[in-house]
Amino acid sequence: MDGDVSNADTTPPDSDPARKRRVHGMLKLYYGLNEEGKTVDQAESLDPCDINGPHFDPEVYLNKLRRECSLGELMDQESCMVKQIRSLDSDMQTLVYENYNKFISATDTIRKMKNDFKKMEDEMDCLTTNMAAITVFSARISGTLQDQHAQITKLSGVHTLLRKLQFLFELPARLNKCLELQAYAQAVTSHRRARCVLQQYSHMPSFRGIQDDCHAIMDKLAQELRQKFRDGGSSAKDLSECVELLLQLDEPAEELCDKFLTHARSRLEADLLGLEAELRPVLSIGPTSVVVPSTGPAGRLSATPTAGSPIDPTSPGNPFLSPSSRTDILEFIDRGCNEFVSSLCLVIASYQELFVNRPQESNLAYKNIPQMAVGKLHAFVDSLAARYFSLVERRIQEEKSVGDNSLLVRALDRFHRRLQAVAKLLPGSAVPSQGTEIVVRAARERVKQYLAALQSFYLDSLTDVRQALAAPRLGGSSAGGGSHLGVPAAGKDALASLPELLSSLSASILNQIKTVLASVHLFTAKDITFSNKPYFKGEFCSQGVRESLVVNFIKFVCQSSRQFCESAVDRGGSTPPALLLLLSRLCLDYETSTISYILTLTDEQFLVQHHSPVTAVTALCGEAREAAQKLLNHYVKVQGLIISQMLRKSVETRDWVNTIEPRNVRAVMKRVVEDTTSIDVQVGLLYEEGVRKAHSSDSSKRTFSVYSSSRQQSRYTPSYTPSAPMDTNLMSNIHKLFSERIDIFSPVEFNKVSVLTGIIKISLKTFLECVRLRTFGRYGLQQIQVDCHYLQMYLWRFVSDENLVHFLLDEIVGSTAHRCLDPAPMEQSVIEVICERG
Amino acid sequence: MEDDAPVIYGLEFQARALTSQTAESDAIRFLVGTQSLKFDNQIHIIDFDDENNIISKSVLQHEAGEIWHISASPADKAVLTTCYNITSESRVVTSSAVWRMPPEWESGSHESPDDPHNSHNPQSLDLLCHLDNSAHGNASCVLWEPMGDGKRVISLADNHALLWDLTESSTQATISSSATLEGKGQLKFTSGKWSPHHNCTQLATANDTAIRGWDLRTMKQIYCIENAHGQLVRDLDFNPNKQYYLASCGDDCKVKFWDVRNISEPVKTLEEHSHWWVSVAHLRDTHTHTYTHTVTSKINGNLDNDNQKHGCLR
Repeated sequence: MDGDVSNADTTPPDSDPARKRRVHGMLKLYYGLNEEGKTVDQAESLDPCDINGPHFDPEVYLNKLRRECSLGELMDQESCMVKQIRSLDSDMQTLVYENYNKFISATDTIRKMKNDFKKMEDEMDCLTTNMAAITVFSARISGTLQDQHAQITKLSGVHTLLRKLQFLFELPARLNKCLELQAYAQAVTSHRRARCVLQQYSHMPSFRGIQDDCHAIMDKLAQELRQKFRDGGSSAKDLSECVELLLQLDEPAEELCDKFLTHARSRLEADLLGLEAELRPVLSIGPTSVVVPSTGPAGRLSATPTAGSPIDPTSPGNPFLSPSSRTDILEFIDRGCNEFVSSLCLVIASYQELFVNRPQESNLAYKNIPQMAVGKLHAFVDSLAARYFSLVERRIQEEKSVGDNSLLVRALDRFHRRLQAVAKLLPGSAVPSQGTEIVVRAARERVKQYLAALQSFYLDSLTDVRQALAAPRLGGSSAGGGSHLGVPAAGKDALASLPELLSSLSASILNQIKTVLASVHLFTAKDITFSNKPYFKGEFCSQGVRESLVVNFIKFVCQSSRQFCESAVDRGGSTPPALLLLLSRLCLDYETSTISYILTLTDEQFLVQHHSPVTAVTALCGEAREAAQKLLNHYVKVQGLIISQMLRKSVETRDWVNTIEPRNVRAVMKRVVEDTTSIDVQVGLLYEEGVRKAHSSDSSKRTFSVYSSSRQQSRYTPSYTPSAPMDTNLMSNIHKLFSERIDIFSPVEFNKVSVLTGIIKISLKTFLECVRLRTFGRYGLQQIQVDCHYLQMYLWRFVSDENLVHFLLDEIVGSTAHRCLDPAPMEQSVIEVICERG
Repeated sequence: MEDDAPVIYGLEFQARALTSQTAESDAIRFLVGTQSLKFDNQIHIIDFDDENNIISKSVLQHEAGEIWHISASPADKAVLTTCYNITSESRVVTSSAVWRMPPEWESGSHESPDDPHNSHNPQSLDLLCHLDNSAHGNASCVLWEPMGDGKRVISLADNHALLWDLTESSTQATISSSATLEGKGQLKFTSGKWSPHHNCTQLATANDTAIRGWDLRTMKQIYCIENAHGQLVRDLDFNPNKQYYLASCGDDCKVKFWDVRNISEPVKTLEEHSHWWVSVAHLRDTHTHTYTHTVTSKINGNLDNDNQKHGCLR
């Protein structure tokens, strides 16, 4: 309050703006307009004692003053207050005065404005009249200018035309320039723009001239383009641009296709020639041909020492040796794929880009271009692929080595896989299916090769067995037909190893079959692309592997075994009897177990589903059994004939009339017994004992002279009764012929006893027949008696029915007696003594 | 023969020699020679009546010895040759001779074949000449020139083949040429056949397992089938209709047919029999009964003959 008072004191009212402002502010304050809105003021203004605040309460203020201040102070307060009131009154008077003055001046201004508006209205009327006059004038001017305007428009049109004509006239020059600059695209665009016009006005000589010029230039240009196209060194983009331009120039698309393809063909053919070059030396290889360096890049090359001797891959050598020389098939196929097939794919792709898959809008309405182009492409691809395939097939055919099948399979897989790219690019093409066919053919061929390899392996194994059989017996042995009497120990060694030979032969064959199956199995491996083709799923497994490989091999084994029986002995190429025996056992083993094992193995490995009829296990077993039987029969026959030969020679070469009284068993009989014993051992190694008929406990002691002499008595005194040709003797003989007939060469059973029986039957029958062709003296008869008794003593134990031996020996002695000039038999006791003496 | 039962004729003695008489054109006639060490041997003349399917026989005495081979002259039906054993105390010698049948045998025997008189007093053969081969060893067979005039015979003795010329009456025989089989060991012809082809200039012989062909003009060997059979070759015969074809049989129980132009392999091999083949023969027209010339019927014919003989032998 004090401050306010002092402020009011020091500044005279209405004197300066600051003071005015202060007064303003105070008024404002009074009316509640707090301009500044100061919180301090508000806080102060809440005080009811603030005389300037809005909440001022005079009562409270008065009371406060009265309470607090002294009289003096009250007096001062009062005078101050009066002073302030006075100043406020003067301020108010001043303000009222000022307002009044302003009101007066405003009234004056309004009056003045009233006068000015009146003047302005007059001027506006004047302006309106002036504007109307201007409009009239303007219309008049337009009318006068109308004609000239039309003329100008016409002139401007002529100007444009002239510019166009100028373009036309300049066109040849411009084209030439483009040509020089090789801005072919620009030239073609320019020409296209002018072409229609030129065409339309070609009846006019001048245009005609231009057109001709343009044609000439464009022809040149086209030629250059073609040249560029032909050179072909340009990139694919350039090439495509070239083709695009040429097409725009109405160049026949067909011709372009042809050219493009011809060009591509030359490149592809170079690839093919490269491939062929790898094949060619094979064909021209001769006995003195190039030495192929063995330092090929491939580490896969076989370890065959090719350095000095070129190996002719076409020679049908040992199929297990790798005949390939320069590059193996995988490399070859790789090269084919990388060079030829990928180039082919590129060509196909760019060709399709250029001709087939052209954006329609850019196409110059040659609707038939795609079809035509696709047709050409197919023909092109087919012809090249055919050549490629023939090369590949030639290469595959060279692949005769069956050592490592995985290489071939991988090569075929790659071959097949890469062709799928062609299939994707060219959906309708026959190429992939042809490729598959090649693979199928190769697989078939492979199976055949494996069969051949198995067969030759089998034959080689047989040769080995033969050598093993022959080697220890070089010193001469039982079957050699030599004159040795004893069986050398070496021969026994060979015989002892017979079961081992059999088992090793059988095992090695089985192993080989398993190896081959594993190799062939590669064709159907999961990761091979062609393994899911129907052929490899079905026919390859059943017809290929099972039938043509496994079944054919088993058949071959049986057949080749049978061939040993055919004519080997007759024609001098003697098969060792032990081999016959061994093969017989092998075939029998095949019948009982091996065949079904092999076939089951095959079926399991290849999951064969038999769509077509396949050879049954039983049929194969039957064949094997038949072969086994035939071999065993042949064995019996061969061994029988060997012994027969000895007996025959011994009977034929002796003078039986003038022989001396027997003192010994002839050596040949001992030899017969020894040989029979060794045969018995040999057969016993491979075949079971077999059943015998029950025989007497002491057969060797049988007094066979008792009954034989009694029978002989009746026999070798034939009653010569010419009047009765059909006498009782003859009848009894005929009866005997039918009742006791022995089938000498009858089939044998698969056991030792039966085999030995067969051999002994043949031998004794020969003995009998030989005896009947000779004439004997008394001692001759006695010698035969001794020999027969000796045989009797030893042979009975080998046969199934000892009566058979007895019967045949009786026959021999009987026949000898019949052919004897002086039939005086020896005493049985003497015979026994001689025989026991040995 | 297809419908009729087989005809069986039995002999008292064993017999190994049998031949058909080719000079006899009217009847089907066989000659059989017997083998007996103790008694006089006989030649049985057997006529077969194929219409009635019966046989008739006559017996002639052959006193010289047991007959191992017999063959009849192709020209004179009364002439025949035999190979026979002469047995003495110390040795047995086989020789051969030409015989003539006595002219009366036919009239007597034909009417009643079982007439005991005839059988009890058989007539003897008349000896025409010996084929004297004592220098050449034991004779195994005598072959007449096929379709010839009965003037030429070949005898095989040990390892010699001797070509004889007979005089008109066959009473004298002279060796005109001979061939000898050379080689190691004791070679011996077992049998032979005179080929009816090539103007009768070829002979085939068997020794051991080999078959040899000879040219009679030079008496040189012209071919040799080594190891023709696995065992001894017993007999062989030419095909009367095919000049190069030859059949052989042997101890290996096989019959083989050969083309002598290609002797490396037999044309055909038969293994039906389960015993030695002793004889093989092609059937000739006049004595074929009703057989045809097929391989099978040849064998059947052989079997029949064989069986007849077997019946006799046992």
